[in-house]
Amino acid sequence: MTSENFSEFRKPPIATTGLLGWLRMNLFSNWFNAILTFLVIYFLYQIVPSFFNWAVFSADFTHNYLGERIIDRTFCTRVMEPELGGACWAIIFVRFYQFIYGFYPVEEVWRVNVVYLLLVVAVAPLLIEKFPKRKHFLYFTFIFPIIAYFLLAGGFGLAHVSTKDWGGLLVTLVLGCTGIAVAFPLGIVLALGRRSNLPVISMVCTLFIEFIRGVPLITLLFFGMVMLPLFLPEGITLDGLVRCLIAVTLFQGAYMAEVIRGGLQAIPQGQYEAAQSVGLSYWQLNRKIILPQAIRITIPSIVNTSIGLFKDTTLVLIVGQLDLLGIGRAVLAAQTWMGLSIEVYVFVAIVFIIFTFSMSRYSLYLEKKLKTGINMGAD
Amino acid sequence: MNKKFNLNFFSDQKFRSLFYQTLVVGLFALGIYYLTMTTAHNLEKRNIATGWNFLNNPAGFDISFSPFLDFKSTDTHLKVYYVGVLNTLLVSFTGCIAATILGFVIGIIRLSNNWLLSRTAYVYVEFCRNIPLILQIILWYSILLLMPRIKQAIEVVNGFFISNRGLYSPRPVYESGFSIVFFVFIVGIVASVWIAKWSKKRQEKTGERFPVLWTSLALIVLLPIVFFFILGSPITFEYPVLKGFNFKGGMVIRPEFIAMFLALSIYTGAFISETVRSGILSVTKGQREASAALGLKATWIMRLIIIPQALRVIIPPLTSQYLNLTKNSSLGIAVGYADLVHGFGGISLNQTGQAIECMVITMATYLVISLTISFFMNIYNRSIQFKEK
Repeated sequence: MTSENFSEFRKPPIATTGLLGWLRMNLFSNWFNAILTFLVIYFLYQIVPSFFNWAVFSADFTHNYLGERIIDRTFCTRVMEPELGGACWAIIFVRFYQFIYGFYPVEEVWRVNVVYLLLVVAVAPLLIEKFPKRKHFLYFTFIFPIIAYFLLAGGFGLAHVSTKDWGGLLVTLVLGCTGIAVAFPLGIVLALGRRSNLPVISMVCTLFIEFIRGVPLITLLFFGMVMLPLFLPEGITLDGLVRCLIAVTLFQGAYMAEVIRGGLQAIPQGQYEAAQSVGLSYWQLNRKIILPQAIRITIPSIVNTSIGLFKDTTLVLIVGQLDLLGIGRAVLAAQTWMGLSIEVYVFVAIVFIIFTFSMSRYSLYLEKKLKTGINMGAD
Repeated sequence: MNKKFNLNFFSDQKFRSLFYQTLVVGLFALGIYYLTMTTAHNLEKRNIATGWNFLNNPAGFDISFSPFLDFKSTDTHLKVYYVGVLNTLLVSFTGCIAATILGFVIGIIRLSNNWLLSRTAYVYVEFCRNIPLILQIILWYSILLLMPRIKQAIEVVNGFFISNRGLYSPRPVYESGFSIVFFVFIVGIVASVWIAKWSKKRQEKTGERFPVLWTSLALIVLLPIVFFFILGSPITFEYPVLKGFNFKGGMVIRPEFIAMFLALSIYTGAFISETVRSGILSVTKGQREASAALGLKATWIMRLIIIPQALRVIIPPLTSQYLNLTKNSSLGIAVGYADLVHGFGGISLNQTGQAIECMVITMATYLVISLTISFFMNIYNRSIQFKEK
């Protein structure tokens, strides 16, 4: 036999690179995978084109198919000609102001815009570690809530705007941001309290955490609505939004406490002993040694909990607060826009996805950074 | 010597701990005293009588969805509570089962090496996790309300109708012999559990395997079916018939329930799938390779090596997902599903004005449900955890 004969029996190896190779490796590696691929393609073919057709190609944005400007539901293509029209996004455009600001007076709306802008300035240095002059900006982050309060509610020469006029994205952001900002320190205190050596304090904190975690948020919101007024002395009434804020914050504080407690438990006992042996007091030990390490390793979970809180703010619509979803329902309740519920809900869903998805990407980025960064000896 | 006397009491750790704890207890007691006083004063001013008597008063409103108890508007508030608890448990239980199945399927799909499949699953997970649950419930509900009216109800299969008032289906009517079939079914389950235990013991002793799966299937599925036909099919179906403006007869599943069920299981399923995925990924590659080196079949590797180890990681977060689902079922109020919060904590509370009583009962019930779920899941968790010998 010569070497030529041998080479006849050999086929070239199957390509694993290039487009064809990639397709073969990832989509058609065996007959079962090939069937699955075709099934998924068929499934996507059924759903995706018809969705885009509804949402984009045959949808109305500001004008209908006759070229008229849409001012209420009777102008929508899908109301006039059900076979012709897709989504009628005009409801979003016409009511855009309500979705973003609620019923905030138009002449005062610049204040809300300033707050939105300052919010970005306040949050950016928190999230970006390499922010220039980060320390100085963090001072601003601390005083931002006070500035925001006076800008939104009024005072110092600014006209008073009742929280009843707040609505839409404004309420969602106020609830979300305040909730996260207050729940975080509350969670630290509760977590430290639960792990305290003093039995009474530990018991009180444990009971509080377990009680809050054992009941749904909606019952806490009801509690704030119907029971809190009974607990308060005469003459003192709490604003509806404030009552929701209290319920949301307590709820989130309990969940945050459990996340932080997980981080505290991951700190090796040696750290405590070493800190005590240098003579640090309880508060010094926690502030300088334990908490910085514990919080560092729990940041991804803290962000995840915050995502949960941000989504949970929608529950306030049940007790009558007009958050983004609440405004959507209020808009739909009007005769002029009845029946366009899918459009409104899809829009609200997209707004929420923008916020929550970017938060979850951020938490993923932190997780990766933590893994490659310092190793705490705790996973 | 002098210094010792100058030492502040506060530097003594024992004294300090006693001081702080007494302080906490004192403040707590003071707070409770103050709250009770103001509350009593407020209640007196508003002429609200406290007590549990209102539970026996007639409710005066109707509940559209009560599959277990027959509810009339003359029934008491106590019955509203029972209906609410049953509805909460119904949607939680069915939701948990569907979410678990969905979560495991999607979690495994996410790990598939088929790029298109795993990407599609990823998109599903990200969408469903990131949209607030209450929005999903409302969205499903408004989609269900777009279904045709009763008059134009679509008949999917014989006897099943879809309309904007819910899904109408035939209602099984059990005849006398059916209890025997049911009894056989229960016996089959008990016998299978016993056989599984016996076979495990025998395998540990002799190494012989017993076809547990097939015998269990025969006992649980086949045997009741055989009995069913021997007894002459003791079950008939009552079909829904369109009469006037509504269907007569049959069963109806209301859109509120369907929306709740779909939203809860799809939302929680997305979370469970992430748990399952991370659980399977937590089993190191070496385990798979080692079992392959021992010559185990691929299905055995999954069943005997990967899944038992993955379950240890999966069960604790799965428990908290079940708890979340149960608590989230309280969102039924957004679409008018008559669960505990909507029926008893909402309508009854508004009608009677007994805010404190209704809230206390509602919250206590949720606490009991939560504690029960975590109790049973903890027992299960302990049974599958790694036992060091």
